[in-house]
Amino acid sequence: MSFFFEVLIGGLLAGVMYSLVALGFVLIYKASGVFNFAQGAMVFLAALTFVGLQEKTGLPFWAVLVLTLGVMVALGIATERIVLRPLVNQPQITLFMATIGLAFFLEGAAQMIWGTDVRPLDLGIKDEPIEALMTRFNMVISKFDVFAAGVAGLLVATLAIFFNKTRIGRALRAVADDHQAALAVGIPLKTIWAIVWSVAGFVALVAGLMWGARNGVQFALTFVALKALPVLILGGFESVAGAIVGGLIIGASEKLAEVYLGPHVGGGIEGWFAYVMALLFLLIRPEGLFGEKHIDRV
Amino acid sequence: MFYREAGQFKATYAADQQLFPIRQDRWAIATILAIAIFIVPLIANDYWFSAILIPLLVFSVAAIGLNILTGYAGQLSLGSAAFMAVGAVAAYNFQLRVPGMPILGSFILGGLSAAAVGVAFGLPSLRIKGFYLAVATLAAQFFIPWLLVKVGWFSNYSASGVITAQAVVIAGYAFDTPIKKYLLVLVIAAVMALLAKNMVRSRIGRAWMAVRDMDVAAEVIGIHMLQTKLLAFAVSSFYCGVAGALYAFAYLGTVQPEDFNLDLSFRILFMIIVGGVGSILGSFLGAAFITLLPIFLDLLLTKLAHGFNLNLQGGAISMAQLVVFGALIIFFLIVEPHGLARLWQIGKEKLRLWPFPY
Repeated sequence: MSFFFEVLIGGLLAGVMYSLVALGFVLIYKASGVFNFAQGAMVFLAALTFVGLQEKTGLPFWAVLVLTLGVMVALGIATERIVLRPLVNQPQITLFMATIGLAFFLEGAAQMIWGTDVRPLDLGIKDEPIEALMTRFNMVISKFDVFAAGVAGLLVATLAIFFNKTRIGRALRAVADDHQAALAVGIPLKTIWAIVWSVAGFVALVAGLMWGARNGVQFALTFVALKALPVLILGGFESVAGAIVGGLIIGASEKLAEVYLGPHVGGGIEGWFAYVMALLFLLIRPEGLFGEKHIDRV
Repeated sequence: MFYREAGQFKATYAADQQLFPIRQDRWAIATILAIAIFIVPLIANDYWFSAILIPLLVFSVAAIGLNILTGYAGQLSLGSAAFMAVGAVAAYNFQLRVPGMPILGSFILGGLSAAAVGVAFGLPSLRIKGFYLAVATLAAQFFIPWLLVKVGWFSNYSASGVITAQAVVIAGYAFDTPIKKYLLVLVIAAVMALLAKNMVRSRIGRAWMAVRDMDVAAEVIGIHMLQTKLLAFAVSSFYCGVAGALYAFAYLGTVQPEDFNLDLSFRILFMIIVGGVGSILGSFLGAAFITLLPIFLDLLLTKLAHGFNLNLQGGAISMAQLVVFGALIIFFLIVEPHGLARLWQIGKEKLRLWPFPY
């Protein structure tokens, strides 16, 4: 039984990592209706820039963090100006395609600047089991996973405060609700979009640091975004809470399936299981668990 | 001056409804086909056939398939490569296991198998819409290649699901050189494009477009949603399946399910976006653009690197290619969101009025 809980908790903690990436998608979709496929590339770029700057400059952790954040904010603002602004009023699929183009661009640019080697990223937390749990319950739970979950919780709390208590946060929610109404009461839409993309860049940086510390900073980080998509549709595109709950469900069920179902079908199911899972949820709730219900009118 | 329909009177309904109502268009199409069939084989070499022209035509067929689903029926799909994989593997198996199976029959049966799988993965589209559906089609993209690798029977128990396409022989005539394969693919692509063009201007095509523009409204005026959407998935997957079979039999010869990955799906999506969503001609233009661009970029960047005496490794060039490719996609979407087909149309309008501005 303790093995079951070990797998379950491991899965839930891994799910938190997916949520970290899914959060970035949700932020941008909420505020601008853009399905930002480049989020994975942004995660990769952030992690690579962080490691690269650390190597090149040798500055302390916090200084590099601030520098990288600066890069991500600049990127967010540039994206809004160069890519999104000329595409206002285009159908959603066009914007989606533009973000795929952006993803290619960022992946290429990141590797052109920093090279294609796999780099380790050390946050000072070791990926080793917590001893107390091991001796008491005979469960192997990684310290790093718990730390990552803590960071994710902190991030969500910060975002919640930012969205609910600050002036900019309220403006963001207004834009998310209704672009035109927000414009009508004098909220500067372009500024808000730039802020949203910057915040998404910040989330990408946090996700990039967590994933980078875990798996090494490498091109495979961009595939993490593909793992975040089922989380996204399961939770609903518009909901921050959905991204968290979706991540937990996907993470836990994926790990359980891998351990208990995988051996029966020959393994390798982690590539698609999350998608099939999300698909089943969608058949019951077509807009995800926490998505907004759309009423179609002719 | 020379491109004008003045004086071309249509006396019958048939003449009014024909595919190319303007005489110059008919000549243009006939000329292009004639060049493709008679002139190109004379001047092109084997590299052109096997590295550029054959994949271009194969991808055109796949792009037509995706265009039917996304451009005409409005269902965004990211799983076209998976349906190509089904077509390739199914055609291989029909050829392998059914004695005396004609190769064209295998292609068609491969397409039909892909259509059946497409219908199965299209079922959720009745409840799920927009990006939710797009992500749901990713389930097909990841599940199908996995299944094709895991179940050894599909690849006749070869390692990691590699299949080696059989020789293409039609009625005792072997299509074994690049030129012959090119001609075969050309004919198939032309026939399928003709079919698609006629399909989208028939009742089915109009039903698709009604669903695309607003599915609730389409349902209200009496379009059967189940039938229309699933038919779109079936036809689209059929095209992708045949394209997959051609990809295996005429282009690469040896394929494995992993070749039909998400990148390929995205490339096909790029083709219809760059070429023109909801346009058969656009599928060809987009396929040409996306096939030629990497080759062109490769040449250009290598030249540039030589010109500036830069010592770029192979990796850096492919990265630069990625950057330029991404930037071009964005640039294209901003400058002409309706794709190359729209540019062509604008050009034709201008030609009709030439030399007057309006």
